[in-house]
Amino acid sequence: MKQSEAFLQCQSCKKIIFSVDFEQNLRVCPYCGHHHRISAETRIQWTFDEDSFEETDTDLRSGNPLDFPDYIDKLRTAEQKTGKFDSITGGRAKLSGMPVSIAVADFGFMGGSMGSVAGEKITRCLERAANEGMPAIIFCASGGARMQEGLLSLMQMAKTTAAVQQCREAGVPYIAVFTDPTMAGVLASYASVADVIVAEPKALVGFAGARVSKQAGVSKVPDDFQTAEFCLKHGMIDAIVPRKEMRATLTSLVKTLGGHLLEVKA
Amino acid sequence: MSAMDHNSWESELRELETFIANAKERSRKEQNESDKALLEDQILKLEEGRDKYLKALYTNVGDWEKVLIARAQKRPYTQDYITALFQDFVELQGDRNGFADNAIIGGPALFEGKPVMIVGHQKGRNISERQFRNFAMAKPEGYRKAIRLFEMAERFNMPVISFVDTPAADPGVESESRGISEAIAASIMKMFELSVPTVAVVIGEGGSGGAIGIAASSRVLMLQYSVYSVIPPEGCAAILWRMPERGPEAARALKLTAQQAQSFGLIDEILPEPIGSAQRSPIEMFATVKEAIAKHLGELEVLTPDQVREARFAKFRKMGQFDTVAPAKK
Ligand SMILES: [Zn+2]
Repeated sequence: MKQSEAFLQCQSCKKIIFSVDFEQNLRVCPYCGHHHRISAETRIQWTFDEDSFEETDTDLRSGNPLDFPDYIDKLRTAEQKTGKFDSITGGRAKLSGMPVSIAVADFGFMGGSMGSVAGEKITRCLERAANEGMPAIIFCASGGARMQEGLLSLMQMAKTTAAVQQCREAGVPYIAVFTDPTMAGVLASYASVADVIVAEPKALVGFAGARVSKQAGVSKVPDDFQTAEFCLKHGMIDAIVPRKEMRATLTSLVKTLGGHLLEVKA
Repeated sequence: MSAMDHNSWESELRELETFIANAKERSRKEQNESDKALLEDQILKLEEGRDKYLKALYTNVGDWEKVLIARAQKRPYTQDYITALFQDFVELQGDRNGFADNAIIGGPALFEGKPVMIVGHQKGRNISERQFRNFAMAKPEGYRKAIRLFEMAERFNMPVISFVDTPAADPGVESESRGISEAIAASIMKMFELSVPTVAVVIGEGGSGGAIGIAASSRVLMLQYSVYSVIPPEGCAAILWRMPERGPEAARALKLTAQQAQSFGLIDEILPEPIGSAQRSPIEMFATVKEAIAKHLGELEVLTPDQVREARFAKFRKMGQFDTVAPAKK
């Protein structure tokens, strides 16, 4: 999808869409409703109050603790592509005037994979919510734990999940939004223990990647396998919310579940 | 060319052992005294040679070879440790929500006279057992049973001992539809809620999410030749090079050994294995594991419930390695 061009092709139904229409429709295909992936920056701009976002933790950058082959090259390429050090962009923002602690994943940065930096930023987002008494909202988009940081990545699952526990103790709501894709180590940690989980339509959501399933001999799968719709049907998420309605839905959730926090502040 | 399983890695050793066994049999049957003495002498030399070979084979074991040892079919499994280290174990089953899992087992037992709760992955020794145990790949109900046992441990003030030995959590359609990811996440979270001490011992394979699901413990110990990894080496090789057979290379890249886990500050202690690994002298291994569990429980026992929880949070909070630099600019 080249934004500079006057029209482009939907990645799902392959129909041609005018760029202006596409942008106005929040990069959702007007024909088939496919929600195209968007950057963390765009997501923040479209979801939270204008100019309310204060980014934190911009100084965290992955090293190569395992000396893993080609990892540094992959990191530098992703850094150049996104202008960020990591897949997670975190900070404070306002949603319809209400303060929230947010973290937003960008699949464009190494598949949104969770290494030490992503784990630290998610943890800080949740801790900030617990410590400052505001709801946490996390937009997930990840293939899972970052292989290139080995066991350090796996331990981020425990670290981030422990931080969710701190939100519960502090009585602040935590809302997770599953966007395409929310997988494996991210799904099996902080993402799945949110108070409320909403997902974008048709988002890929699952534990085992296609290759892993294939190796394990999983062959026959339902048509909607590992989609947001499959999760909803099996009681694993609360709702499917189209991009256009996301801001309104999150606002209602923050007003209600986080209502007690607003009264204290007022 | 790397060996692809533990048996073939030890094949020369096995040949030597078979040869010695045959020689012993011949010596037993030998009537002629001087021939018998000659044979006995040769057997002694052969045994010396075998010991030397064994020691050499187990000196500087490669990362991939540790994977093979960790997966070895004769390695002691969770049930073996339960039998050897605990008394009055009663297996408790079911998730009380419609499902039972046989890849994770657990229940209360006495450890040195004191009540503890045990939770562990269980592998099978033969084909039918392996199928029954689903190759130690737990489904959601396995983690939900674990949560039930963790809650019971908290209620009755019993420390929790986990034995970790799984290739991964079950990746099937059933597990997805019953929420395997949520079950693992909820189990990890439950472990952070506990105010009783928790000790996890990685006895074989620590396979990614399936492992950490029962290992977010106050203390995490690994046997010398056990492995703990974010992804199986074959899976890593499949992603990196689209060649699962390059597992040995991926094993080195992943830094999945106990020694490397310790160097990253992710585990608390490495428990040395007997020469030739745990399977060669299980009794010796059991004694080492027992002593280590007793030591760590002893250290944790003196903490207040709040201190137990805080120490566990603090331990995992520190995990991760990154640089802090001037902020990124577009
Ligand atoms: Zn379309």
